[in-house]
Amino acid sequence: MKHRLRTTFQNTNFVVGFSILVLLLLLTFVTPLFMQGSPLDMVGTLFNKPGNYVNRMGVIDAPKYPMSIEVASIRLGAAVSNDEAKQMLEWLEKSELDVEWKGLDPEKDRAAIVELFLANYDDSIRLPGTSAYRKGFTRLYNKVQNLLSADGYVVHVADPDSESGYREVGKIESRDFTNVKDVPARRFFLLGTDNFGRDVFHELISAIGNSLMVGLIAGSIATTIGLLIGLTSGYVGGWLDNFLTFVTNMFTVIPSFVILILLSYSISSSSRSIVVVAFVIGLTAWPWTARSVRSQTLTLKNRDHVNISRLSGFGTVRIIVTDILPYVLSYVVMAYILQISSAILAEAQLSMLGLGPSTTTHATLGLMLSWSMQFQAPLSGAWWAFIPVVLSIALISFSMNLMNTGLDQVFNPTLR
Amino acid sequence: MAEYILEVKDLKTRYVTRFRENVYAVDGVSFKLKEGETLGIAGESGCGKSTLAMSLMGYYFPPLHYTSGSIIIDGRDITGEDPEVLRRTVLGTEIAYIPQAAMNALNPTRKIIKYINDVLVAHNIRLSRTELREMAEERMRLVNLPVEVLDRYPVELSGGMKQRTVIAISSLLSPKILIADEPSSALDVSSQKLVIKMLLDLIDKGLVKSMIFITHELPLLYNVTKKIAVMYAGQFVEMGPAHESVFEPLHPYAKGLMGSIIVPSEGIRDEHLVAVPGTPPNLKSPPQHCRFAARCKFRQPLCDSVVVPERFSSDGRLFRCLLPEAVLRELKYEDQIKSKQEDAEVELDVNIIPFAEDNGDGDSGKESGG
Amino acid sequence: MAETDRVKVKRRELTETFLEGKNMSKVYGMGRRANRAVDNVNFKFRRGEIVSIVGESGSGKTTLAKMILGLTSITEGQLELYGQPRAFGTTAEKREYWKNIQAIFQDPFSTYNVFSKIDKVLLNCIELRGQKDLPYAQKVEIMTEACSFVNLRFAELTNKYPFELSGGQMQRLMIARIYILKPKLLIADEPTSMVDACSRATILDMLLKLRDEEDMTIVFITHDIGLAYYVSDTIYIMKSGQFVEQGTSDEVILHPKSDYTKRLLSDVPSIYEPWDLTSDDLLSEEDEFPTAAGGAP
Ligand SMILES: Nc1ncnc2c1ncn2[C@@H]1O[C@H](COP(=O)(O)OP(=O)(O)OP(=O)(O)O)[C@@H](O)[C@H]1O
Ligand SMILES: Nc1ncnc2c1ncn2[C@@H]1O[C@H](COP(=O)(O)OP(=O)(O)OP(=O)(O)O)[C@@H](O)[C@H]1O
Ligand code: SF4
Ligand SMILES: [Mg+2]
Ligand SMILES: [Mg+2]
Repeated sequence: MKHRLRTTFQNTNFVVGFSILVLLLLLTFVTPLFMQGSPLDMVGTLFNKPGNYVNRMGVIDAPKYPMSIEVASIRLGAAVSNDEAKQMLEWLEKSELDVEWKGLDPEKDRAAIVELFLANYDDSIRLPGTSAYRKGFTRLYNKVQNLLSADGYVVHVADPDSESGYREVGKIESRDFTNVKDVPARRFFLLGTDNFGRDVFHELISAIGNSLMVGLIAGSIATTIGLLIGLTSGYVGGWLDNFLTFVTNMFTVIPSFVILILLSYSISSSSRSIVVVAFVIGLTAWPWTARSVRSQTLTLKNRDHVNISRLSGFGTVRIIVTDILPYVLSYVVMAYILQISSAILAEAQLSMLGLGPSTTTHATLGLMLSWSMQFQAPLSGAWWAFIPVVLSIALISFSMNLMNTGLDQVFNPTLR
Repeated sequence: MAEYILEVKDLKTRYVTRFRENVYAVDGVSFKLKEGETLGIAGESGCGKSTLAMSLMGYYFPPLHYTSGSIIIDGRDITGEDPEVLRRTVLGTEIAYIPQAAMNALNPTRKIIKYINDVLVAHNIRLSRTELREMAEERMRLVNLPVEVLDRYPVELSGGMKQRTVIAISSLLSPKILIADEPSSALDVSSQKLVIKMLLDLIDKGLVKSMIFITHELPLLYNVTKKIAVMYAGQFVEMGPAHESVFEPLHPYAKGLMGSIIVPSEGIRDEHLVAVPGTPPNLKSPPQHCRFAARCKFRQPLCDSVVVPERFSSDGRLFRCLLPEAVLRELKYEDQIKSKQEDAEVELDVNIIPFAEDNGDGDSGKESGG
Repeated sequence: MAETDRVKVKRRELTETFLEGKNMSKVYGMGRRANRAVDNVNFKFRRGEIVSIVGESGSGKTTLAKMILGLTSITEGQLELYGQPRAFGTTAEKREYWKNIQAIFQDPFSTYNVFSKIDKVLLNCIELRGQKDLPYAQKVEIMTEACSFVNLRFAELTNKYPFELSGGQMQRLMIARIYILKPKLLIADEPTSMVDACSRATILDMLLKLRDEEDMTIVFITHDIGLAYYVSDTIYIMKSGQFVEQGTSDEVILHPKSDYTKRLLSDVPSIYEPWDLTSDDLLSEEDEFPTAAGGAP
């Protein structure tokens, strides 16, 4: 037994799968220690993209450091898009002014184009085309007008005592910088925010934990039921076997999904907690464990060591526990791992159908996916709201399957 | 064509167990086989018969490892060849092996004809369905199996039928050498006879050129093969023509073995059987001196201190014992040789070979393992 | 006990009938798929008798053995112990029955639970003998004695797992188990089909000693007609669930009456007479497929 364990941990497949799983578990236990608030606090707004968010007032308050860094072109680059640069070139071309616009590349010479456009733009030149078309250029002009200026901003606060109603409190030069660390109010969203403005990374970590719990509960239930039914039905035989096989077949013939949907539906949505859903999944996933345990038991039962035990006068339970169970155990461990991973998938599928846990206080991988789909994250280009979730599900199944393959190599003599 | 279809020289192979110990299961086996010859191998359970059979294919996979020696099939030395090349060009075509209990290894969900296809595909022979059927049916007729077998699942066949089907599949590519490991031990006498008849048929019809037959049923071996080798603890201790090996064995162990043959014929009920007391040595650390010494009733003091080489009798039989040929020929198992206490010892006619300093390969194996 | 190197069966007088089977049948399955594995057999085993049941594969030998052992139910007929129908209802009755009737099986490798230590096998026997509460030291004494009977050293076996023993050692340990239980009837289902002639003689030697010491009845189930002839007092030839011939060894083997026995005997390889491989009746029923099964699509 000890030896089995050692060879198991020498198997590359198993060790890789196991390490991934352990890392994921560590992540779920350790990261919450470094995170503020609860994973489902709605801190942001709809689909904020990943990044470090700092408070704008904090930036103004923070100490400033003038630096000799050319800012204008960087701002330009960020503010003027490729298309806009092309639009400017178009105006320059169509206006038929005598300017050297040819040979300018909208990508590389963006600053030059903007400069040229600002210098030459004239509202009074009427280009052919609709007025909407012409207005587009005016809008563009207004937008970029002050980008190139190095004047900076003046910050005012409302002041009823003052003549203008405002009082100047500071000036932001174009070359002023602030150390982000000096801004006290900031938040880092590694994976942005979801539709409710919740930190996706934080949510994901707790969802992985919850999904693994679903897998563990459902897998344990399914394996226990499957093992008990399989062993009894295989060993005891007779009418009990017929009855149990009938029940098992019934569960196999009716797609487990239908049962899941019916069950999930009949349990009122308010009481459909994560644990309840895990139970539901577990209660429908056992048949295939039961079937294979039964068939293994059937062959084991005819082995001579079982006959010897029977001839020694042992009772059914004792024989099952000492003479049959150890032989099927390696197989059951493998089935357990697969049950866990398929339960995680089942939860995801259920949640996608809207039959998952009905909760707003806990996230699961399935719920996260379902939320992001409901709010059309893919259409909004908010990849961070669902791709990491999909990858996590894939990673968990991958690690479980890897462990399973590894165990198979250890236990299955024909593959050795 | 080489003179010998199979030539094995001082072959040594070993198992490396899960605990990194070496089990020297085949330890210095040499023999030659001409075309049309059959060799039978008998021996105590666990003496390495199956291991020898597997080793002969030159295709090793853990826990079995090659140590030294050579295997020459029809002039081609296959030791040290690339396993992949071996698998494609030697296994099944030059040498085929029917493992012990092969008939229970048939996949119960595949029809026999699918199996035949699998075997062909593994050797890069791809046939259309009709070609496959034609060729399979022809083969079945050739080996006197009903063609209906092709469309059966293994579970629908009786044990004997399954075994014969396995043999037919193994000889599909007309291997030069067929190794059959206990092909009939699990069968009743009637099925056994059919299996044997089929094996001999294969040789008669030239579908296989030579055969190595492994069994512990000596009367069967006697009837099937012309040449018998008796294996003990990883070595051949006796090899010679079947009749002499059974009726006038030389080696003390062979004498014991032959003395325990029972056949259902008149008078046998009143005879004594020989049961050699004791157990064979552990192959993890076999003694360097005579391996049978611990159980041998003719043991001499020298037997415990020198290496016993392979020796050949005047008529070319191999025996691995220090006693002179003449003494061995006269000796019956029930005889008592002068006991060790008496000072008159039997003159041993052998050059004394001292023990090797160290069992080299064994140690290197342990080092790499540790 | 010194191991002998000569084995010889002592013939003895047999009188007391011990176990009697009356019209015993076993049907597996039901309805159209019913399979009459054992069909109305009668037999009488006497104290100290050595019986062999010989027959082709699938003829129902193991099934009959299992019925006698109480490992499978008897469909029809009954089994009488000393003239009384066997009591085999309650757990206590079953245990009592198994104290008297035991078995050893063909494949030593599958006779052991590879997950428990081998001492367990012997300890379980002591428990069956009703000596569960014996102090451990006394149990060790019993086990040591049993092991030395089969030429094993108990000290070398303790704390070992079955796969650390050789096939021969495992088979001997099974005999040690029988030695502890000292049943009145031992059924040996192909005990020697996996071993060479020498080891077969050793196993026989031990079983014969048990018979001589305990007046045990031994039933050999075997394909090995030579062995059956050599050891047994009585031979039953079984075919398709029925006994086609029965009688003393000499009667059955030397002067067979039924055609089936004759054919069986002609199929046995001998070393004294040539083995006839040419005869045509070889292509037997085995090659005839029942058309009803109709596997071909
Ligand atoms: N996989 C293995 N690992 C380690 N040792 C092994 C392995 N397989 C076999 N052995 C050992 O090698 C020796 C030879 O085994 P082998 O199977 O060749 O014997 P055999 O002569 O064919 O016996 P049998 O008549 O029972 O088939 C035995 O002592 C066995 O314990
Ligand atoms: N548990 C079972 N269920 C249904 N049929 C069975 C069962 N066990 C055996 N049989 C059938 O009963 C018949 C007799 O089988 P049995 O094992 O008694 O034969 P046997 O004489 O011992 O053969 P062998 O020599 O191969 O051991 C066979 O046709 C077999 O298929
Ligand atoms: S060498 Fe010695 S011990 Fe070995 S078999 Fe010959 S007589 Fe016996
Ligand atoms: Mg073998
Ligand atoms: Mg049987």
